[in-house]
Amino acid sequence: MEISDQEFLAPGHRGCAGCGATVGVRLALKALGKNTVAVSATGCLEVITTPYPETAWDIPWIHVAFENAAAVASGVERALKSQGKDAQVVAFAGDGGTADIGLQALSGAMERGHNIIYICYDNEAYMNTGVQRSGATPYGASTTTSPPGKESFGEDKPKKNIPMIMAAHGVPYVATASIAYPEDFMKKVQKARETDGPAYIHLHQPCTTGWGYDPSKTIEMGRLAVETGSWILYEIEEGEFRVTYRPLQRKAVDEYLMAQKRFKHLTDEERERIQKNVDALCTELKI
Amino acid sequence: MVNIGACVKEPGSTRNNKTGSWRTFKPILDKEKCIDCENCVLFCPEGCINKDYDIDYDYCKGCGICAEECPVKAIKMERG
Amino acid sequence: MVKKVFTANRSVAEAVKLAKPQVVPVYPITPQTTISEYLAQFVADGDLKAEYIRVESEHSAISAAVGASGAGVRVFSATSSQGLALMHEILFAAAGMRSPIVLVDANRSLSAPLSIWNDQQDTISERDSGWLQIYAENAQEALDSVLIAYRVAEDRDVLLPCMVCIDGYFLTHTVEPLDVPSQEEVDQFLPPYKPYVFLDPENPMSIGTFTDPEYYMEARYAIEAAMERSKGVIAKANKEFAEIFGREYDFVEPYRCDDAEIIIVAMGSVCGTIKDVIDSLRDEGEKVGLLKLRVFRPFPTKELKEILEKASKVAVLDKNISFGMGGVLYNDIKVKTNADVYGFIAGLGGRDITPEYVREIVAKTKNPTHEVEWIGLKKEEV
Repeated sequence: MEISDQEFLAPGHRGCAGCGATVGVRLALKALGKNTVAVSATGCLEVITTPYPETAWDIPWIHVAFENAAAVASGVERALKSQGKDAQVVAFAGDGGTADIGLQALSGAMERGHNIIYICYDNEAYMNTGVQRSGATPYGASTTTSPPGKESFGEDKPKKNIPMIMAAHGVPYVATASIAYPEDFMKKVQKARETDGPAYIHLHQPCTTGWGYDPSKTIEMGRLAVETGSWILYEIEEGEFRVTYRPLQRKAVDEYLMAQKRFKHLTDEERERIQKNVDALCTELKI
Repeated sequence: MVNIGACVKEPGSTRNNKTGSWRTFKPILDKEKCIDCENCVLFCPEGCINKDYDIDYDYCKGCGICAEECPVKAIKMERG
Repeated sequence: MVKKVFTANRSVAEAVKLAKPQVVPVYPITPQTTISEYLAQFVADGDLKAEYIRVESEHSAISAAVGASGAGVRVFSATSSQGLALMHEILFAAAGMRSPIVLVDANRSLSAPLSIWNDQQDTISERDSGWLQIYAENAQEALDSVLIAYRVAEDRDVLLPCMVCIDGYFLTHTVEPLDVPSQEEVDQFLPPYKPYVFLDPENPMSIGTFTDPEYYMEARYAIEAAMERSKGVIAKANKEFAEIFGREYDFVEPYRCDDAEIIIVAMGSVCGTIKDVIDSLRDEGEKVGLLKLRVFRPFPTKELKEILEKASKVAVLDKNISFGMGGVLYNDIKVKTNADVYGFIAGLGGRDITPEYVREIVAKTKNPTHEVEWIGLKKEEV
């Protein structure tokens, strides 16, 4: 695919060295182009990109609060429509702003059918406040609010399945993606843009600070998630489910888990349980 | 005076903030070895490698993703 | 201009139609609901060319309003009580982002216990949000205030959101005769909205940024300064409104205050009842007057001082309570004037404020025993 040379997110932002969120935004904006208006939920991305009096955004951008990116995007979209402007509205929110506190606003906006693209950059915990557990934190992960201890092995609930909840809304285009697979992700963003009505993309985005790995391994970690079947790349177009990437040979989940501090505490038994769950889903999806 | 509503009217103005000072290790690209795959360009969190593979050290934070993702190991991380 | 007999909710909807907002995100709540319904019908009939967003909550209503305002259009929303409380967080953001949104609140008590009836606790509790607040006495004032609210909010010297407060049921569901102005008259008073800061790919800006301690205070001070400047803008808008529509409004409206020894201060629909009682008391030789407060934020200190400091005693009627402190208006007046002020909490949760209660307030102000008293409490239930 033709990838644009243009950058719409400037350097100098305050993201950690090795930040995956900014990789995701850069790729998304390359696919969307200049005629785009971005909405951010409160979170890492918002804080690191708009430290007044500076902004990293080269396109128009608005932030209002944590839980309302989808509602703000609804208002922006209708206001642009009422003025006859055709700019694409894209909302960026983290997993906390999507799976937890922002779920109601997201549900409302998707059900109303606004012509917006909502991209959840999922780093699997509340990173902006120092790695607390969110609904999207995976089973077994250690966070500051799901720490392992004598009575705990870490997060004891599976990851909330937001893309499927979006699909259940009848959203015409739903996809999962990973920053480690840029072409796959950018194709999906382009499809989302071409979609008449709302589109939802759930972008898996490793976080060096929250997951506990060397900053140089951000992409490697995203790739391991997909190659082990821990994160599956698919799209649901008008209700049709399709896996968009199948690893040639699925790697052992251990390779992914053992590379991150957040899973280091898990016992063999717990890691086997995770492998079994991954196997079950991958078998069903023929991965 | 603070802009009304604390809006920022200068797009991309974080460029005023040279994050190169954060760096401990510096990526050095050997252009002879480079196979023009664009991995480093796409995966840079700062977007500070251009299509000619020039690394903008004003902003490079030295995360090392470019070196890690280079399929031909054309980028080495060096102190400084 | 056309004579009509409308509820305040209908009159508000008519005002909105005349003000021509492009985006209207609303969520129904008693007793605001009929505003949402009238507007939906106007849009369905093509009489209001607006994007009507059927949001899933008040939180999203105000969030979409801020988004739409940020994208450069005139916006309207309406709510009440719990809905306004749910908006609370975003009300501050709307003011801080300098979004000139106009919102009508059908004043209703806050839970618990749950009550759908009137008091003014909901809007009073948002007094520090940076919104202008106008309290209407009747349906005509409700209609006119919406137009004035847009004119003031959108002024470059102000750029703050404005809340028009109308008493639930007493106004929202009571029909009254009123004048509905013509579109030509309204267009003369309220020019099309020209946004100051907005989202435009041709001229990209970032709005709603993150500030550190270097800038936050100045951004908040700017709201304070705009609130202060809004006084001049309101005065000018009132003057031009009178010239075009023939109805005069001010920050405060004195009723038989000239030689009054006791002045009652109140806001909203209860002022009608108080005026009747004052007429009777005057007939009985009592020197009493009413000072109706129309604009609560910005707080018209100068106007209040001028009138209240001439009276020997002032009774403030509050349909709200700041627990342990008395009513909020009472406290504001006590702090900002040198008058001898007594506070009365009345009409909470829809309890009628009868002429007898007004007389009781006057009697208790004459011979005060407490700084703050609750009027109309059922002794047997306390």
